[in-house]
Amino acid sequence: MAVATLAAVVVALPFVAGNYLIRLASFAMMYSVLALSWNFIGGLAGYPSFATAAFFGLGAYAGAIAQGHDVPIVLAWLAAGALAAIFAGGLGLALLHLRGHYFAIASLVVGEVLREIANTSTQLTGGGMGLNLPILRLGVTAQARLFYFVLAGLAALTLAASLLVDRHRLGVGLRAIQQNEDAASMVGIDATRYKTIAFVLSAAFVGAAGAAYASWVNYIEPADVFDVLLSVKPIVMVLLGGAGTMLGPVVGAMVFLALEELVWRNFLTIHAGLLGLIIVALIFFLPRGLLALDVRLLALNVRRRFARGRPA
Amino acid sequence: MTLFLQVLANGLVLGGLYACIAAGFSLVWGVLNVINILHGSFIVLGAYVAYFAYVALGIHPFVSVVLAGGVLFVLGYLLQTGVINRVVGAPVLTTLILTFGLDLLLNNAMLVAFKADYRKINLANPLGVVDLGGVFLPLDRVAAMALALLLTGGLYWLLNASRVGRAIVAVRMDREAALLMGVDVPRIYAVTFGLGAVMAGAAGSLLALIFPISPLAGTLYLGKAFVVCVLGGLGSVTGAIVGGLALGVVESFSALVFGPEHALTVSFALLVMLLVVRPTGIVGRRGYE
Repeated sequence: MAVATLAAVVVALPFVAGNYLIRLASFAMMYSVLALSWNFIGGLAGYPSFATAAFFGLGAYAGAIAQGHDVPIVLAWLAAGALAAIFAGGLGLALLHLRGHYFAIASLVVGEVLREIANTSTQLTGGGMGLNLPILRLGVTAQARLFYFVLAGLAALTLAASLLVDRHRLGVGLRAIQQNEDAASMVGIDATRYKTIAFVLSAAFVGAAGAAYASWVNYIEPADVFDVLLSVKPIVMVLLGGAGTMLGPVVGAMVFLALEELVWRNFLTIHAGLLGLIIVALIFFLPRGLLALDVRLLALNVRRRFARGRPA
Repeated sequence: MTLFLQVLANGLVLGGLYACIAAGFSLVWGVLNVINILHGSFIVLGAYVAYFAYVALGIHPFVSVVLAGGVLFVLGYLLQTGVINRVVGAPVLTTLILTFGLDLLLNNAMLVAFKADYRKINLANPLGVVDLGGVFLPLDRVAAMALALLLTGGLYWLLNASRVGRAIVAVRMDREAALLMGVDVPRIYAVTFGLGAVMAGAAGSLLALIFPISPLAGTLYLGKAFVVCVLGGLGSVTGAIVGGLALGVVESFSALVFGPEHALTVSFALLVMLLVVRPTGIVGRRGYE
């Protein structure tokens, strides 16, 4: 089965590949978490949330501060995820009644506000000087493998949550909200509750990922973990893969990161510009994402091959 | 008392510039329903035009306003007709991500062309500082503010008195009805975007006198434009002016009360609060003036 081979590849990777590839793959897993999480609020519910950076940074700092107070590492990650979820719940109350552009801007600005707060609260967060985290006493390769599995596990968890929501009434409700929120309300879907749940889901895993990232790189600063690109890249990945689909975010994350790494390695001075160009090309040529494209092409090819094989 | 007046004066001077920055942004947002993430980079480009015009040709930034405006109108018009026009009807996300991608491109181009070093225009003949009973007003800044408000007023006049302006307002109010009245909507979209770019370039040219210029500063101005638009109300020049002056004064006083390092946090926190409580802003309502 395809799923089994894929799972085997994912598990075997860190034992056959070098540290560079393990690091790349770990980033792929992390961005898969971000993309899949965004899919809850952006792909399914249709609310353009730019708050991913806010949740990520919040989780990173929560995890880092917890670890600084000698909280066990796994507990710190869970606590960070929980904090991000609670924060999203509260934030949702304030923001989810906004629509369209206003919601997008508000969610973007929340990240900026949190970043500035982190920058100025030098006592708690180290301010602009950043925060150091305790380094695990393992070898380099062992540590690389450990964090790869942690992030892969988180990605698997997020994917499972995604699939669960998709099959559950929540998924149907969210899709209805995206198509026409007022009509969905009239049909009996509690739009506010569903939206809030989607928003909380979009924060929980991202927060945990932020904390894991902090433990992985051992040093965080506000500009790094609240970077607006952390909000924009998952959106581009989901758009690339296919918004609203379940595997789209993962496919998009992998493809985008591969592209980005190629561009970054070969065109360092203009890599931001090339990224911009990729984004523009994406908007124009792949409006529904790779997965939508694949199916159509695949069907066409299959039909062609079948037609040629028929006796004259 | 003098301190209060000084802070107020500083805030108003800054506010005039903010109004100019936001007027173009608000226009594009209101008429095309596109959030132009490129606006910050347009401002920086305008500032660079003014800087190089001064360094190479000795043209005073106040005169470069016209030059910067011209360059940016062409750029904005071409960009809109070529790229942005194809996504004008698309959902929020598409247009936002598209303008974000274009901004990355423009920003990188400027970084490569001009390097990230901060440049500053140091006028050979500065107008000096005037002392009004304890309140110190740097005349260059006051002149820049006056010019900025003049330009914004010019935009207001354009929208009310000229054919093109009335067409823009018509498209803002009701696109289909404007089409029925014979307005060439795609051309109006392009002109509007170009106008937004002109305001950005002109503002950049004026800002070059006061703040250091670098491609890295673009996001800061974009953030200010956001806050002013939400504060004053989207889609009206009056809103941009009111919002700009209000933000200038609020920033000035919050720098005094909370300290300058928190000025950014205060303006963004204000933005979030406003979006939650009163998204239409102080002067906001549907329809464009």
